[in-house]
Amino acid sequence: MHKKTMEDYVPNVSKASGPGVDFSYVGIDAILEQMRRKAMKQGFELNIMVVGQSGLGKSTLMNTLFKSKVSRKSVQATAQEKIPKTIEIKSISHDIEEKGVRMKLTVIDTPGFGDQINNENCWRPIMKFINDQYEAYLQEEININRKKRIPDSRVHCCIYFIPPTGHCLRPLDVEFMRRLSKVVNIVPVIAKADTLTLEERDFFKKKIREELRANGIDVYPQKEFDEDAEDRMINEKIREMIPFAVVGSDQEYQVNGRRLLGRKTKWGTIEVENIAHCEFAYLRDLLIRTHMQNIKDITSSIHYEMYRVRRLNENNTVVAHANGMPEHHLESEEKFDSSCAASRF
Amino acid sequence: MEILTNSHTPPHTCNNSGEGARAVPLAGHVGFDSMPDQLVNKSVNHGFCFNILCVGETGLGKSTLMDTLFNTKFEGEPTQHNQPGVTLKSNTYELQESNVRLKLTVVNTVGFGDQINKEDSYKSIVEFIDAQFEAYLQEELKIKRTLHSYHDTRIHACLYFIAPTGHSLKSLDLVTMKKLDSKVNIIPIVAKSDAISKSELAKFKIKITSELVSNGVQIYQFPTDDESVAEINSTMNSHLPFAVVGSTEEVKIGNKMVKARQYPWGTVQVENENHCDFVKLREMLIRVNMEDLREQTHTRHYELYRRCKLEEMGFKDTDPDSKPFSLQETYEAKRNEFMGELQKKEEEMRQMFVQRVKEKEAELKEAEKELHEKFDRLKKLHQDEKKKVEDKRKSLDDELNMFKQKKTAAELLQNQAQQAGGSTTLKRDKERKK
Repeated sequence: MHKKTMEDYVPNVSKASGPGVDFSYVGIDAILEQMRRKAMKQGFELNIMVVGQSGLGKSTLMNTLFKSKVSRKSVQATAQEKIPKTIEIKSISHDIEEKGVRMKLTVIDTPGFGDQINNENCWRPIMKFINDQYEAYLQEEININRKKRIPDSRVHCCIYFIPPTGHCLRPLDVEFMRRLSKVVNIVPVIAKADTLTLEERDFFKKKIREELRANGIDVYPQKEFDEDAEDRMINEKIREMIPFAVVGSDQEYQVNGRRLLGRKTKWGTIEVENIAHCEFAYLRDLLIRTHMQNIKDITSSIHYEMYRVRRLNENNTVVAHANGMPEHHLESEEKFDSSCAASRF
Repeated sequence: MEILTNSHTPPHTCNNSGEGARAVPLAGHVGFDSMPDQLVNKSVNHGFCFNILCVGETGLGKSTLMDTLFNTKFEGEPTQHNQPGVTLKSNTYELQESNVRLKLTVVNTVGFGDQINKEDSYKSIVEFIDAQFEAYLQEELKIKRTLHSYHDTRIHACLYFIAPTGHSLKSLDLVTMKKLDSKVNIIPIVAKSDAISKSELAKFKIKITSELVSNGVQIYQFPTDDESVAEINSTMNSHLPFAVVGSTEEVKIGNKMVKARQYPWGTVQVENENHCDFVKLREMLIRVNMEDLREQTHTRHYELYRRCKLEEMGFKDTDPDSKPFSLQETYEAKRNEFMGELQKKEEEMRQMFVQRVKEKEAELKEAEKELHEKFDRLKKLHQDEKKKVEDKRKSLDDELNMFKQKKTAAELLQNQAQQAGGSTTLKRDKERKK
């Protein structure tokens, strides 16, 4: 019976070297394994919002991305598919698991967006929803008795569906993206891209990129948040491909002896995961396999912080004007006050 | 730019956790199993920080143990024994192993246990720990904050060095540990344990553990909730406090160089588990539980400090009517109150100042009056004197004049007499004289 000793438990330890154990090894890099363990135990959260007119394939794309029935339509039993009179915000959560990694995925759908005759201010309910999530997080954060892990319902990523007109962005698209790129990470995609030929697609993408630049719209990955040269290189490549032209499907077909997700038409089968056919794979890799953590980080350390600064300042300005004090004194004064108040007790 | 912000209506959140989160099976490989890797990569790029506090009397081998644990010669000479009070000295080092960068901060208590009166020894330690929490709290409460690039200086682990007496804990140890157990993760260790024999050590450990328990000191327990490390952690928990020996000198044993202390009667090998618990300490502190120590510090000790501090400052989560207060509202109320008090104080001070000025003025006026009177008096005196002198002079002049007159009269007479007759003058003079 083999008695278990230290060496059996410690991960990647000094067993590497031969007969003499390497005594100069401290074991600091074991912290990576500890972090991984902790992350696996806690699980991850991801909140994605899909925005676009009805009929652009949002639900299908979500199902394709996560290879399961996560969209609203699959969940709700309602047979009727009436376009709602006002924009509704519907969010559904799923627990998915892959190779021991658990994730709580929340898909936020916005039926009714862009579907009315008069679409003025259709971004308002969406902005309000996003700000509400920031507000909820802020409230929990400034509580005195706060939870160990603050539940994160902030929208990490907003996928915006552009209809495949082939010409340019519509005013609604520009308006929406301009406003929302300031509060959330926007990933624009060209929906139902199988209606465009490759040349039309390239032309469309170029036009869109020009228009985004002309209007000062910063979509994910934002240029200003590139951390170092390596990041910038990777992100530049992505920026040259935006917006991704995607096709979604949750049906499998037999192609060349393999079962693949695709859309079968009379003139051929479009393979969703084939990068020669559409750019779904790039979108999936960006969102899930490589940049998921980065998306969450930008949401929490930049968008949320901006919201927090705005929110905490708006209370201050009200009082400042009442007290007749100039605003730029406020931050240092706040610190001074809090330390005075502290020393008073 | 139009950004909608909230007034205090309850926000509409997702209907998640609890109800509505359904478990959904996946039909293929999605790819989010790379999430832990993404997270770890981000942390590697960012670097880690770890802060250890060594509490113990001078000469117990704290610095040597740190050197041995991290395989580096940290700078510093041994401290003297004549410190007037306990001070804390902290040094930060950047270590790197494979691709992991660690910012290690080692804080030493200088002069602990050296004073004659040790009543206040623990105070500077508690203050130091609180100061680190305070710095983090300040950063967290700032409006414009940079939390993710903030250098965390909160103490993650406190190694408490117990002197190897072999009997029991000193009362200084008990008092200090009791004060620290709610603020930091305490890992007690028996220092210089090559001074105790094996049997004495076993008894010593039992005595220490029972004293800690009976005094209600909460030392750090290695976590046993994760199955992969639960077993080893619970075994280790029973070996606390670890009996360690530190050494940076290498001695040749067999055909290898090992860290050891050489005595005439034998050699104590630091990394030999039969000789001391150094390997266990290194395992637990660094290789297995470093992340948990950091997490406990943040979620338990820091939260406790934050809660107490905010409550002390007068913030509450809900008021008596259980309407949720916003931090901002309470803060504003406090601030107004404070401003009001400040103004009142200012008024008071102004009043007092005016009062004092008036008094001083009155005093000065008095003095001035007196001075004037004196001046008048003196002047009068002076005038009187002057007059007297004048009178005297006048009378003197008169006398002088009279004298002069007499003199001239006398001279005249003399001249006349002389002219009348020389010889008879004498006679006349004689007659006259009769």
